[in-house]
Amino acid sequence: MEPQVRTLVDISGSAAALKGRADLVLERARWAAEIFQRYDRDLTMAIVDAVATAAHDNAGRYAEWAVKETGFGVVEHKRHKNEMTAFPLVDFYRDQDFVNPRIDEPRKMVEIPRPAGVIMALTPSTNPIATINYKILISLMTRNAIVISPHPAARECSVDAAHALAQAAVAAGAPDGVIQIIEDPSIPLVEQFMGSPKTALILATGGSAMVRSAYSSSSPAIGVGPGNAPVFVDSTADLNKAAKRIVESKSFDNSALCTNESVLITLAETDARLRQCFKQARAHVCDDDDVARLRRYLFHDRGFNIECIGRDAVWIAQECGIRVPDGTLILLAPVGHIGVEEPLSREKLCPVLAYHTVNSRRQAIAQARAVLRLAGAGHSAAVHTGDEQVAMQFAAAVEAYRVVVNAPCTQGAAGFQTALAPTFTIGTGFFGRSSVGENIGPQHLVQWTRLAYNSDASEPFGNYHGVSTGFSGPLPEAPADGVPGSNGYRNSSTNPRPSQDTVPGVTRDELRRMIAEELRAVLGK
Amino acid sequence: MSQAKREFLDRSKAFWNPGKTQDWQDMGVDLVIDRREGYYLYDMDGRRLIDLHLNGGTYNLGHRNAELVEALRAGAERFDMGNHHFPALARTALAEALAACAPSPEMVYTAYGSGGGEAIDIALKTARHATQKRKIVSIVKAYHGHTGLAVKTGDERFSKLFLSEDTQGEFVQVPFNDLNAMEDALRGRDVAAVIMETIPATYGFPMPNEGYLPAVKRLTERYDALYIADEVQTGLMRCGELWACTKYGIEPDIMVTGKGIGGGMYPIACVLITERCGGWLKEDGFGHISTGGGAELGCIVAMKVLEMVQRPEVRTMVRNISDYMRAGLEQIMAEYPDFFIGIRQHGVVMGLEFNHEQGAKPVMKHLYDNGVWAIFSTLDPRVLQFKPGLLMTQADCEEVLRRVEIGVGLARDELMGARRRHG
Repeated sequence: MEPQVRTLVDISGSAAALKGRADLVLERARWAAEIFQRYDRDLTMAIVDAVATAAHDNAGRYAEWAVKETGFGVVEHKRHKNEMTAFPLVDFYRDQDFVNPRIDEPRKMVEIPRPAGVIMALTPSTNPIATINYKILISLMTRNAIVISPHPAARECSVDAAHALAQAAVAAGAPDGVIQIIEDPSIPLVEQFMGSPKTALILATGGSAMVRSAYSSSSPAIGVGPGNAPVFVDSTADLNKAAKRIVESKSFDNSALCTNESVLITLAETDARLRQCFKQARAHVCDDDDVARLRRYLFHDRGFNIECIGRDAVWIAQECGIRVPDGTLILLAPVGHIGVEEPLSREKLCPVLAYHTVNSRRQAIAQARAVLRLAGAGHSAAVHTGDEQVAMQFAAAVEAYRVVVNAPCTQGAAGFQTALAPTFTIGTGFFGRSSVGENIGPQHLVQWTRLAYNSDASEPFGNYHGVSTGFSGPLPEAPADGVPGSNGYRNSSTNPRPSQDTVPGVTRDELRRMIAEELRAVLGK
Repeated sequence: MSQAKREFLDRSKAFWNPGKTQDWQDMGVDLVIDRREGYYLYDMDGRRLIDLHLNGGTYNLGHRNAELVEALRAGAERFDMGNHHFPALARTALAEALAACAPSPEMVYTAYGSGGGEAIDIALKTARHATQKRKIVSIVKAYHGHTGLAVKTGDERFSKLFLSEDTQGEFVQVPFNDLNAMEDALRGRDVAAVIMETIPATYGFPMPNEGYLPAVKRLTERYDALYIADEVQTGLMRCGELWACTKYGIEPDIMVTGKGIGGGMYPIACVLITERCGGWLKEDGFGHISTGGGAELGCIVAMKVLEMVQRPEVRTMVRNISDYMRAGLEQIMAEYPDFFIGIRQHGVVMGLEFNHEQGAKPVMKHLYDNGVWAIFSTLDPRVLQFKPGLLMTQADCEEVLRRVEIGVGLARDELMGARRRHG
């Protein structure tokens, strides 16, 4: 039984107590990271696979729990996301080696991977479990320790999920403390974690305030800004398919992912036909009165109404007093303006899509740029077109680092249904005042020490094949002298394990194809 | 040495303790501790030392641990030492907290001393009252403190000087790990208690043989004596569990905790007593009086210490530190196999054994010259006490090992002559 220490003098809110707690958790993580760096690739991947299995097995349970706790999203879609961030994520990176040195004969260089150490991961309320799975797995792939700071609104499911994965990791041989979670996150406590020199890198996914706070913490940070994806439906697009894909995208987890389309832009010549296609795809096209109601409901004086994040279209329509047919998947809100005067052109993490008509492609690009100028710079955009010239012009002009073509943006920009890296952290790069512009992956959590030889031809390069990498595995257990069963010190060395990271007789291309199939299967496409 | 330090040492000799001050100079350790923070000590001349002495676990959580400083500061806004005669909020709260994590569910009461010695005296008096017998059995070279009764349980080095050794035959000492001797001492059924440091610290941490401590406990039961566990140095997570006796499967009748329980911030020591042994607390609660014992500010700090050492992170830290240090020390031992011959270890309680009867003294000196402060075992100078703190960082552990390797090499060369380096 845990002792109930009565507190006569409560110092738990003091700076000393907050710093003390952060220090302890982070130092435990640093120890774990230090020991983890002794592990070879086989053992590392065995741990990754064990954790992915736990994540996969728990996908449904935590999907339900997350929806129940936060009120955001759709259980079935969350389960998909949780599953996608288990096996498919690991398989995507399986043939990349973040553990062994790379030998570069032509350039006479050897590159030795050096993990960051302790990753401080902020996770959001909208995709709590998928983000936790994803951040934990990319940390483990690179032999980093991770400390998670969950969004308070998704605290309970996050804490439970992280503990389950930590247990699976340790059971598979990971150092104790390699996965930790802050069980009672508060802003002053999280600031102590972020500002600590023991934190090697902050991976911030969440609201702008938290992301900016991560950047100003003095620790290295990869923060991602909000999304507000414009989608351009060109006259050369297959309008039916485009409407279907956009509805599928917007209704996926009720737009709780920041990669969801926010403002649709189309040409006057396709307007009427496109609306028809949307109706067939179970979108409700709002009239002026509906739009006014939506605007009032979604945006009050203080900003976006978080009540409606991840809610379904019928629920939102009811809340605003809009009559829609049962089974309506998204609400299409035609707007005459884009910019500061139209709140509906801002980010909406719910299945409401602003719909704007322009007279030319040039104007469409200008409006798409305006959408991202308002919010979501550096994030995502989409284009539906049959003309590569249109796609190129659009992509080169909009300030987004991923432009999804003829695919649902929610899934596509996050690397599910495109060849982009599957991620729950979208790098918003220079446009979004962030340091990385691509989808964040394990490669961002490791840096390389480069052994560089004299380039003079008379100085030969060494033979590094078979040179010991110094992997010595977990620390042998120190004895507890005199305690029965503690029979002195055993200087154990790691047992060679059969390699688990290659499938005999399968080429990389075949592997990629298998992974793609697995992804499609998971998505039910 | 700076002029300022020279002058200070003269004052130390003039006003404080001339013998002790000079002894340290003779041993080549001219340390005058000034600033201190975490596991670092700073000599008054500015040199930094990593503290592996920790005054026997007093600084388990580091020097001036910020949470403990804050607890003391906040505590002082409400409490002072308190009135030792009256029921007191903090004293009772700490007693309750201790009962909740005691090594035996029978332990309900806590009596307080202002330091370990006083607490040992209380424990011995409690045992004598409970059994109505006088004899106390302890271990040869035992060390339980310097107060009236405690000093009699220990080596005569500390009692004879003051003509305070036992002359009544009430204090019997038997060799450690010798069950026959223990049984012989208990057989007469005239023993009130066996007092046992779970791992004798000042004796250089000889480790109990497997089964020794539980067998001693069984003998006390058989011969109507009590078992007093002295957990002053081994308790508070140093062996990977809150109390080391738990690891050996012992549920003592009386347990003493001190040193670390005050966090190095406010001296306090506690005696945990089972219902069965606590008769005097009912018969005459004024039987033992201590104005400073269980001072309420000390209780506030001690409660924080108890809470901190029981955090799950600390458990992992202790394991990592002990595993990591062991791995590193094994390498150093392999480097100097003719000199560094053994490691005694249970968690972060460690004794390094050298192949020379005074071997730990030059090691101490060379470690001191190399920025590490660890002390030899007074009662077995072949052994260096090596006591990393519970919260030591990986970086500091690495620092310690780097310096220990150098220091041990220099000590070896000094005692055994420079040798041909191999490899």
